[in-house]
Amino acid sequence: MRKRWQIRLLWLLVPISAIVLAIVVSSLVLLSIDASPVDAFRSMYEYGTQGNSLASTVNRAVPLFIAGLAVAIGFKMNLFNIGVEGQYRIATLMAAAAGAAVTLPAPFHIAFIMLVGMVTGAAWASIAAVLKVKRGVHEVVSTIMLNSIATGLGAYLLSNYLRKPAVGSELLIATPQIPHSGQLGPLTTIGGEDVRSFVLIAILLGVFVYVLIWRTRFGYDLRASGINPDAARVSGVDPNKMIMRTMLLSGAIAGLIGMSDLFGFFHAYTLDLPTGIGFDGIAVALVGLNHPIGIAIAALVFGWVDRAAQILDLEGIPKEVIIITKGVIIFSVVIAYEIVRRVVLSQEVKTAAEETRKLEQAEEETVAA
Amino acid sequence: MSWAGPDTGLTGPGAETGRRLDARRLLLLLGWIIILVSGVRWITSAPDLTSSGTYGAALRLAVPILLAALGGLYAERTGVTNIGLEGMMILGTWFGAWGGWQFGAWWGVVLGILGGTAGALVHAVATVSFGVNQIVSGVAINILAAGVARFLSVVAFTGAGGGATQSPQVSSDLPRITVPILAGGGLFGWDSPDVLGSLERKQWFLISDVSAMFRGLMVDLSILTVITLLLVPITYFFLWRTRLGLRMRSAGENPWAAESLGVRVYTMKYIGVLISGALSGLAGAFLVIETAGIYREGQTGGRGFIGLAAMIFGNWRPSGALAASGLFGYTDALNLRSADAVHALVLFVAIALVGLGAWYLYRRRLVGGIVALTLGVITFIWFVLTDSVPRQFIFITPYVATLIVLAVASQRLRMPTYDGITFRKGSQIS
Repeated sequence: MRKRWQIRLLWLLVPISAIVLAIVVSSLVLLSIDASPVDAFRSMYEYGTQGNSLASTVNRAVPLFIAGLAVAIGFKMNLFNIGVEGQYRIATLMAAAAGAAVTLPAPFHIAFIMLVGMVTGAAWASIAAVLKVKRGVHEVVSTIMLNSIATGLGAYLLSNYLRKPAVGSELLIATPQIPHSGQLGPLTTIGGEDVRSFVLIAILLGVFVYVLIWRTRFGYDLRASGINPDAARVSGVDPNKMIMRTMLLSGAIAGLIGMSDLFGFFHAYTLDLPTGIGFDGIAVALVGLNHPIGIAIAALVFGWVDRAAQILDLEGIPKEVIIITKGVIIFSVVIAYEIVRRVVLSQEVKTAAEETRKLEQAEEETVAA
Repeated sequence: MSWAGPDTGLTGPGAETGRRLDARRLLLLLGWIIILVSGVRWITSAPDLTSSGTYGAALRLAVPILLAALGGLYAERTGVTNIGLEGMMILGTWFGAWGGWQFGAWWGVVLGILGGTAGALVHAVATVSFGVNQIVSGVAINILAAGVARFLSVVAFTGAGGGATQSPQVSSDLPRITVPILAGGGLFGWDSPDVLGSLERKQWFLISDVSAMFRGLMVDLSILTVITLLLVPITYFFLWRTRLGLRMRSAGENPWAAESLGVRVYTMKYIGVLISGALSGLAGAFLVIETAGIYREGQTGGRGFIGLAAMIFGNWRPSGALAASGLFGYTDALNLRSADAVHALVLFVAIALVGLGAWYLYRRRLVGGIVALTLGVITFIWFVLTDSVPRQFIFITPYVATLIVLAVASQRLRMPTYDGITFRKGSQIS
C-alpha cells in the first residue's frame, strides 16, 4: 500500500516532467535553426533575473493568475468556461467606460470600477449558464460563440458609444481617460520598473478562492459535483443551481482580469490592451492543476518566460520559440496528468480491495472464534 | 459534451425523432426564400442583394467555412470534439503559403493539407491514445498552432520578401472554371454567350434573381471550390453508405457496443480526426491561395469556430453544413459588397418573422406566434428608422444564429451520442 506522500510525489512528477520535456523540445527547435540552446537559456536567465524583469514578471503574471482562477473554478466541477476571454474583454470595456464617466473618492472609485467589471463578466457568463440550465446547450459551444459575439459587440459599443471624442486628426480608438481617483499607483519600483499594486488584490482573490472551494459548504458541493455528479445530486445538491452559481462566479472573477493593466498602466480601454489572456488562463489553470498555489506558480513561470524571451531577439533568435515551449508544457502536463490520475486510481482500487479482504478475514476469524 | 443519454442506439440518417426537414421540404423552403429575397430586392432596389457577384463572393467565402464544418463533422461523428479546427486551419494557411511560395499553388494545397493533418495528429494522440480531455487538447492546439506559425514565419519568411506576420506571394495560380454558354465561359477558343448574365441584367422579378444565383455559382470558380462542393455528397456517401463510414459513426454513437462487435474504435477515431485536420488544412490553403495570395497572421479570423458553428447549425450532417456555410458566406458577402443590401436584408428578416408568426398562429401555437410577430414588427421598425446596419452586427450573425438555433431547436438537433466522451479500450460504459 502506497503512502500519501508517495502519491503526492507522483503528482509532483507532472509539472517537473512537463518542464523537462519543454526544455528538451525547445532545445531541439533551437538546434534546428542553428542556434545554441545553452546560449539562449543563459541569456534568458541573465536577463530574466534583473530587477526590472522580475517586476515585469509579476505584472505579467497577475492577469494570467486571475484568468487561471476563473477557469479553474469551472474546471473543479467539470464546467468548461472557454468564454473567459470574451467575459474579461467586454467587462474591461464596460468597467473602463463606467470608471471614466464618474468621479468618486479614490477607494470607492476603484471599488466601483471593479464592481462594474465583475457584474459585466458575470452577466456575460450568465448567458451561457442560462442556456445550459434551461435549454441544455453545452457551455463549450455557447461560450465559443459568445467570445466572438463579445468581440463584435465590444467593437460596436466602443466605436459608436463609448469612444472618446476624437481630438483633431487623432485616430486612437479608446474610451476616455479614467480620472486620477480611479488609478492605482505602483506598489514599489524595482530596477526602474513598477510593480503594480493590483497584485495585492490578486493575492487576496487567490486566498478567497482557496477558502471558498476547499473550506466551505459551497466549495464542497462544487467539488463533489465535479468528481461525481450523480452522487452529489442524490445527496441533495441541485446541479442547475450549482451551474448557475459557478458560472457567475467564474465570470465575475474573469471580469477582474483586465483590472491590473487598467488601474496601473492604460487608464482607459484601448486596442493595445493585451488579448488572449482568457485562453492563456486555461493553460495556466491546467498547468497549475486547478489549485490557487499551482496557478500562481504557473502564472509566474509563464510571465517570466514571456519577459525573459524578450532578450532572444537581440541574440538573433526568434523569441516566438517560447510559444512553442508553452504549447509543449501544456500538452505534456495534460498527458502526464492523465497518466498519473490513472495510476493513482488503480492504486486506490487495489488498496480498497486489500482493505476489504482484511476486514472479511477478521470477520471470519471472529465468527470462527 | 455529454447531455445525450445512452438510450439512442446506432441510427441511420432517417431515424431522428420528430419532424425533420427532408429534401422536399428543404427545397420548398428554399423556393420561398428565393421568392421573398427577390421581392425584397425589387422593393428596396438594392441589386446587390441578389447579384451574381454577391452569390459568387458568398460561395468563395463559404468554402473555408464549409471545409472546416465538414472537418468537424468527421471528427465528431467518430466521437471526438474538435475545438482545434481553428488551429489546424492556421497551420494550413502557413504551410499552404510556404508550399505555394516555394513550389507553386498545387504544392501549397498539398502542404496545407499536410500541415492541418499534423495538427490533427497531435489532437488524436492526446485525446484518443492518452485519453486527454478533448476540449483541453483542442484549446492547446489553437494556442500551439498560432505560436508555431509565428515562429516558422520568422524563420522562413523574414528577409525573403515576407516577415514575422506575412509571407511572400504564392508563386502560381490554380485553374479556374467558368461554365460555357450558360455563364459565358470559353469553349475551345469560342467565346460562348452568357445566357444567364443577359437574363440577370434585365432586372425582372424572380427570373433575373434566379439567373443571377445560378450564374454566381458558375462564373470564375476555383477548382478547389468545385472539389469542396463535391465533398458534400462524397462525405454523405462515405459516412452513411460505406462499411468504413458506418464503423466510424458507430465509434461516435456507442464505442463500447462497437468495440464488442470487433470495430477498432481507436483506429476509427484516428481516421476521423486526421480527415478533420486535412480538411481544415485545405480550408487554410484555400484562404491563402484563392483569397489572399499570401499568408497573413490572423488570416483565419475565427473561421474554424464559424465552421464549428456551421456544423452544429447543420445538425451534424453534410447537407446541413452546406446550407449553414452558404448562409454565413452570403451574409459575409453582402457585408463586403454593399451596405444597402445588408440593410435590405433586415426587411427580409422582418417579413420572414411575420410570416413565421402567421404560420404559428395558423397552427395554433400562440406563444411562438406572438413572439415571432412581435420580433418581426420590431425588426421592421428598425428597418424603417435606420439606413444602415453596423458592420460588427454582420460579423456576429453566424454566432448569434447558432446560439438561437441551439436555444430554440436543441430538441431537434441530434449530435453523435458519445461525442466528446473519452473512450478507453476495454473500459466499462461510463
